[in-house]
Amino acid sequence: MCQCCTEKKDIYLPQLATVVKAEAMNVTERYLRLSMDDGQFDYVPGQFVEVSVAGIGEAPITITSSPTQKDGFELVIRKIGNVTNAVHSLQQGAKIGIRGPLGDGMYPVEEAKGKNLVFICGGIGLVPQRAFINYVLDNRADYGEVTILQGTKCYDQRLFASEIAAWEKRDDVDMLETIDEPDDCWKGNVGVVTKLIPKIKSDLKSAVVLVCGPPVMYKFVLMSLEEYDVPHGHIFLNLERKMKCGVGKCGHCQINDTYCCMDGPVFRYSDLATMPEAI
Amino acid sequence: MSVKKISKDDFAVFVDALIGKTSVIGVQAKGDRFDFGPLESAKDLRLDYDVTLQPPKKYFLPPTEVLMTFEMGGAYRSEHDDEPFVLLGIHPYDMAAINQMDELFQQDNYDTHYMTRRNNATIIACDVVKPSENVFASSMGTAVVRGGYDVLLTDVGGAYVVESGTPKGEKLLAEMKGAVADEAALKSRDAVWSKNEKELNRHELKCDAAYLPRLLGKAYEHPVWEERARTCFACGSCNQVCPTCYCFNVQDDVNWDLKTGKRERAWDGCLLDGFTKVAGDHEFRSKRSDRFRHRLYRKAKYVPAKIGGQIACVGCGRCVAACLPDIANPVSVYNRLIDDLGIG
Repeated sequence: MCQCCTEKKDIYLPQLATVVKAEAMNVTERYLRLSMDDGQFDYVPGQFVEVSVAGIGEAPITITSSPTQKDGFELVIRKIGNVTNAVHSLQQGAKIGIRGPLGDGMYPVEEAKGKNLVFICGGIGLVPQRAFINYVLDNRADYGEVTILQGTKCYDQRLFASEIAAWEKRDDVDMLETIDEPDDCWKGNVGVVTKLIPKIKSDLKSAVVLVCGPPVMYKFVLMSLEEYDVPHGHIFLNLERKMKCGVGKCGHCQINDTYCCMDGPVFRYSDLATMPEAI
Repeated sequence: MSVKKISKDDFAVFVDALIGKTSVIGVQAKGDRFDFGPLESAKDLRLDYDVTLQPPKKYFLPPTEVLMTFEMGGAYRSEHDDEPFVLLGIHPYDMAAINQMDELFQQDNYDTHYMTRRNNATIIACDVVKPSENVFASSMGTAVVRGGYDVLLTDVGGAYVVESGTPKGEKLLAEMKGAVADEAALKSRDAVWSKNEKELNRHELKCDAAYLPRLLGKAYEHPVWEERARTCFACGSCNQVCPTCYCFNVQDDVNWDLKTGKRERAWDGCLLDGFTKVAGDHEFRSKRSDRFRHRLYRKAKYVPAKIGGQIACVGCGRCVAACLPDIANPVSVYNRLIDDLGIG
């Protein structure tokens, strides 16, 4: 092999990590805490990894822990495809392949300093957002008011319920939650997450708004935010796409001229003006 | 770099000697068409071909290739195809495509799998002798090529003018018989180039190719995408035969022992249904018209932005021939847009 290829690392080669902790969160979601076997892992909220199960394949998953937590990193994985089903059978001590962290489009950790933050999460959208939420809470003095909106389809699908309860108790967090199809035991808000937007106490025009949820959610959230004249430059959307390589080659995640894996997955809404495929 | 003139007989002797030393891939007849394949004898080589069925991209990005091997639950080990080979008879438009792929596979994240093959390749390009039925390289500025090859060969009647483009090519030239090309031979070569710059143009683009990104900048909502895609089979033939289509899938394959396996990459195509489908069955480009438009935007707007404005359609015309419903011809799409939207 020529020298330039031997000197460069194989961009497709996963590194091994160990499952330090694994537990079911509900029927479809599994929580994993991982530790890289070579110890090295620095990331920024919003970045993702390619999770590799030998013999099954790879899937892109956004990191849910904040880098302020030093003990490895956490993923929450919904059982929905081949790789994610395989991940659900992994127990503590198992080996897993990891490539990353990937993605240059991260949460605006610096830019948002001193500003009010509004997190709008739909369902499993809380998982990527949690990386930035906990980053902000661990650096609480650096940021203004924090509002978290969480909409979940039904009570059984709620994620990080005890963490949400802790956020609710804090004076410096405004935690609003709604369930779209509640059962009898739910006493809180009912409906989709956009119904919570009028309840936001922070001034939306000056806030940094961070949105993550299923593909269908974005346009409804953006329509609501439009009513409050939120500048598009203040809105950040965490977008999902099919990804194979995660390094800007395979073409699957392309949104018009942009690779979600390279320039995302977090995008500033005003940058999406030239990308009609984005929303 | 040197320029020589070599008789066709002497060139055949050179090729046979090369076959004795290394693996040589060359253009050969396949029925009444042509394709690249392992060359066993210089007499099978057909440098008078019009176009090959498949572009030469498979020698750098095979239809399937092993990226790594693994043990279940264990470590992954990189695998690289590391055999030197000679690619003989690359036309200028295909050379232009390889040059673009080289840039794309090196930029941002260096792809060692592609580049190992690329660095192992010695490319002997050759100017077109007989234009194919659908070539439009003249319109795309790829009828002649000025770089990327190790050796460039031009048929000037009874002999070839050979020019080296790299030190590797210079070494090959030293092994060839023949004398330094004289003025007359160089003039004949200039004549071939001038002729090809005009005549490899069975479909004529009504604008300068460099204008295409701007043209597409105002064509996103044009009805042509829907009109064309109405008869699209979403078969991906245009992707398959395109020398600049390089999208791929990655999949695992477990061996019979159930303990070891390999991760492979395989060609994929943006025209195929499911190309953008994520878990939960949400598909971002579910409409054929969206996928049809995406491919042509990649060729003339998105990829050019990544490679200094080079249009990622090199005018080989293979998609025109491969498309069963006859909708893929990029020139006819772009010309239709020019007719409706004007230039400027």
